[in-house]
Amino acid sequence: MKLKRVVKVEAERDPAFALWISQTVGGERIRHCLQCGLCSGSCPLSLYMDYTPRRLMHLSREGFKEEVLSSYTIWLCTSCYACMVECPKKINITQLMYALKTRAMQEHFYPKRFAIPVLAREFSRMIRGSGRITESRLVMRVFVKTAIWRLLGFSKLGLRLFRTGRMRLAREKVEKRSDIVTLLNVVDTTRKELAR
Amino acid sequence: MPDAHNPDTPPRIGVYVCHCGTNIAATIDVPALAEYAAGLPDVVVAREYKYMCSDPGQELIRQDIREHNLTRIVVASCSPLMHEPTFRGALVRAGINAFFLQMVNIREHVSWVHTNKEEATAKAKDLVRAAVRRVRLHKPLEKRRVEIKPEVLVVGGGIAGIHAALTIANSGKHVYLVERQPTIGGHMALFDKTFPTLDCAACILTPKMTAVGSHPNITLWTYAEVAAVEGYVGNYKVKVRHKPRYIVEDLCIGCQECVEACVYKEGRWADEFNLGLSKRKPIYLPFPQAVPQKVLIDPEACIEFKSHKCKKTCVEACGERKAIDFKQEASTEEIDVGSIIVSTGFKTFAAHRNACYGYGVYPNVYTSLEVERLVNASGPTSGEIVLRDGTTPKMVGIIHCVGSRDHNTNRWCSKVCCMYSLKLAHLIRERTGAEVYNFYIDMRTPGKGYEEFYDRLLDEGVHFIRGRVAEVADWPIHPSEEGKLVIRAEDTLAGFVRRIPVDMVVLSVGLEPQSDARDVRRLFNISCSEEGWFLERHPKLAPVSTFTDGVFIAGACQGPKDIPDSVAQAGAAAAEAMALADAKYVELEPYTAHVIEDACSGCKTCLTICPYTAIAFVEETKKARVNEVLCKGCGTCAATCPSGSIEQNLFEDQEIFEEVEGLLAYA
Amino acid sequence: MKYAYYPGCSLKGTGRAYEESLLAVFRALGVELEELEDWNCCGATTYISYGELQSYALAARNLSLAKQMGRDLMAPCAACYLVLNKTQHYVREYPWIGQIVDHALDAIHLPKDIGVKVRHPLDILLNDVGLEALKAKVVHPLTGLKVATYYGCQMVRPYASFDNQRNPTSMDRVLEACGATIVYYPVKTHCCGGSQKGTLPEIGLNLIRRLLTEAQRNGAEAIATVCPLCQFNLEAFQDEASTTSKFHIPVLYFTQLLALALGVRLNEAGFQRSFINIKPLLAEKEIAYA
Repeated sequence: MKLKRVVKVEAERDPAFALWISQTVGGERIRHCLQCGLCSGSCPLSLYMDYTPRRLMHLSREGFKEEVLSSYTIWLCTSCYACMVECPKKINITQLMYALKTRAMQEHFYPKRFAIPVLAREFSRMIRGSGRITESRLVMRVFVKTAIWRLLGFSKLGLRLFRTGRMRLAREKVEKRSDIVTLLNVVDTTRKELAR
Repeated sequence: MPDAHNPDTPPRIGVYVCHCGTNIAATIDVPALAEYAAGLPDVVVAREYKYMCSDPGQELIRQDIREHNLTRIVVASCSPLMHEPTFRGALVRAGINAFFLQMVNIREHVSWVHTNKEEATAKAKDLVRAAVRRVRLHKPLEKRRVEIKPEVLVVGGGIAGIHAALTIANSGKHVYLVERQPTIGGHMALFDKTFPTLDCAACILTPKMTAVGSHPNITLWTYAEVAAVEGYVGNYKVKVRHKPRYIVEDLCIGCQECVEACVYKEGRWADEFNLGLSKRKPIYLPFPQAVPQKVLIDPEACIEFKSHKCKKTCVEACGERKAIDFKQEASTEEIDVGSIIVSTGFKTFAAHRNACYGYGVYPNVYTSLEVERLVNASGPTSGEIVLRDGTTPKMVGIIHCVGSRDHNTNRWCSKVCCMYSLKLAHLIRERTGAEVYNFYIDMRTPGKGYEEFYDRLLDEGVHFIRGRVAEVADWPIHPSEEGKLVIRAEDTLAGFVRRIPVDMVVLSVGLEPQSDARDVRRLFNISCSEEGWFLERHPKLAPVSTFTDGVFIAGACQGPKDIPDSVAQAGAAAAEAMALADAKYVELEPYTAHVIEDACSGCKTCLTICPYTAIAFVEETKKARVNEVLCKGCGTCAATCPSGSIEQNLFEDQEIFEEVEGLLAYA
Repeated sequence: MKYAYYPGCSLKGTGRAYEESLLAVFRALGVELEELEDWNCCGATTYISYGELQSYALAARNLSLAKQMGRDLMAPCAACYLVLNKTQHYVREYPWIGQIVDHALDAIHLPKDIGVKVRHPLDILLNDVGLEALKAKVVHPLTGLKVATYYGCQMVRPYASFDNQRNPTSMDRVLEACGATIVYYPVKTHCCGGSQKGTLPEIGLNLIRRLLTEAQRNGAEAIATVCPLCQFNLEAFQDEASTTSKFHIPVLYFTQLLALALGVRLNEAGFQRSFINIKPLLAEKEIAYA
């Protein structure tokens, strides 16, 4: 049997992480969590998670950064908002999952070629470039950057979509593309200014 | 000796500054304040002491009054709500009028709300200076005595109302018990067994109910409501409206021949007592042990009311007693009582509001109260716990905290649900042998014998899953779930989601205030808390009094509680009511308003403005007059009067101006 | 009646049938829709993981443009509906976010007022057009057609102002007005997995399978949806999801069923874009169509 020794000393905790989660948008009420488990019970994907949403909330507010950011949970969340709607303490769980996703992406807490962060990045690149998403192009880019062999499996479906006119290859774009770029840049600069 | 009561005598003022331990002294420089006070005009003596309200503290005041011939006293300490009576008492014992006192609140208004010592001390000095200027103008006032009538009105005939009524009646005083349902008993009459002893509810309740029904000192009015309340402590005039039963109560003996004879051979209308689980006829007895043991007719259901063409077999069956009267009308009666105890109870959370639990959608989802009726031997299924189709359940899920501890519905914990859920788990298991699952968040078992009851349940093989239930659904993911209701919850202690297939779901609904609590509270001139429970005067030290003298509250209408606590509160309220009655009179504070007739122009503005309808217009003199017994001293009339002809004792214009000028003068 | 119309990226791609049928339905009901000029992607649920504040700015651009049009904004795509509502909510609730969004809109010379009312087509049908007016225009009633109404997540949670979050019935009522029979569908607000079928295929498939199983078990002959991704998920993987029971249920946008009932020609309501041909079912149920 492969034994593992687990005891958590206070010095190992990351208080900055705990503070961050309680101050980020949506985390204001995280200390109110009763650990009732309603979120996990309503979540359609909690069945597959290594840490259920409830456990993740507690781990987050206690500052166990490693466990939280390397969990499957944050990637499995589909932001269906079922947890948030039911939560008796009105904790914005979905928003916190987004915050954790962003943090995990920023700090590279995910395996290489993991589809979800790749999707997020390609999505944002396409918007920066065109202002709109062309689904066909997005899907292909994600496949290429993660598991190119899946394109083969997708081809049958792709063909069907193409034949029914639902797979348009022409690039959807906004006229005032420079506006989009300006918009996104100003957001970043304003945020940095406010942080100071 | 200077005459304290003679306004021409220069006042001799004593100022006393209290440390209140460190409550005041930590933030205010008390010695400096006392020294400052000593230098104010007309101040003869200024002292400081650690605890002015203590015996030695009061003795300081009394001694000074005697030795220094003091005529006015200023005490700078806590809120008058705490110790004004204490210090007034000291003045009286020293031989001067109690109202020559002015208190300065340097605790709640200064030391408890400021942190800067310099600024706090400066503020305290301003306040003391203002008080010293004001107290010079205080006039000698006398408290008014009001007789207390010994009769008591108890509103609501649940266990709290019943216990209060019996306690007072046993002391020899007369009680009116008014209950809006056709029988007394309240929610307790619905239960089968009570926790933690598993005493039969009916066995312990019905003797008390019968005692009420037959007590010579209790006038029991059921199917009646309080319509209006006027008056003041010791002298309440209450109008009670009797709803028509269409039965002459004095003639009905409760034989129920009429019910047997009714043209409807079977019940067709939802039986309220059985929460709609069985049906009754238009003429019915609420439940077998009802007190009073009288039937009543539902005019919505009875043919005679709808078409006037009924054979009236009920009248025939009643025979010579002639107790049925279709022409009966609602009537109103007025009674005079000295005090009122409001014990109107609670209602349960409407389970359909939690859509995820399927109440009203899936037939075999029940509320706990409905299961109480099933379990009860005189209930709709004679004590058999069966599903809607009559079969016995093999798996039962009990969901705690339905509607409680939830910001989406009610934020509070309803206190009794964990205990009654355990009780139901025990009863269901005992009667049916079914597998029982209790889904809880925290197990709240704080009372006497309660944790031990939980221990007992742990021995009985009931499954306890710590997790708030997310959903009750009927779609299966496994063959074992086919045809069952599936409860999905995270087993938080195990760390994964579980699905439990059950035949029956019991929702442990929480307690809420009655739906008309906010209207009822206006009748009695009391307040509700934010959540809608009746507001007690002080949550720790005065749980059964209200801010209206002479009106008390008891039982679940004050907040969710179990039977022992309801009975305890009922006893407490009864004691307070009896103390009031035995005191025979009560002294009313003299800070009432009065009209200076010469200045009154008869404009009647004050009449409508008074929230207590204490002002009347005297036709003969065409002037307004304040009823000083009804007057609560709110000051609205004095402020409103366009000709300034209303003065209020202790808050006369000159007194207020002096205080203001004292505040504004620079130190 | 006139509304500004925000299609969103999906309605120009995989969700073309939604746009086509939507425009046809409102045309038939005499409601004018004017597409928001030069709209940009709202960011959906994907952009927010990359950069939350940027996603609010993206949505705000559309809201500002729409506000200038002076009409309520119809957002048929469930994800767009959610993002637009969320942006308005967060900008109001967190002043510092409002500040950033204001700066960004300023920089591209757009007014800061983003307070346009965002409406869902079902909301408009129920509350503005009215069921009576709708019923009056039905020429091919869907009598006997058993439909499972699948609402999904984003339309109902958390911003469903016009319908009940846990037991929505807006689509039910609209389709019943067209004569359809709505079947009991207990999982009607369960998540379809969204993009999980692409990124985490096995999990996505399980979620889809659950939805199809329950629809079939309750006798649904067609599934009506409100979201392009839900429609795609439920339609495109029926073969893959089939185990012992084979799935072959047409999955349509509710607007397509409406269009059918209102007498719009099938290929003007995007039916040719479905993977499963609806004509055999219509023939079987003897429902006339144009």
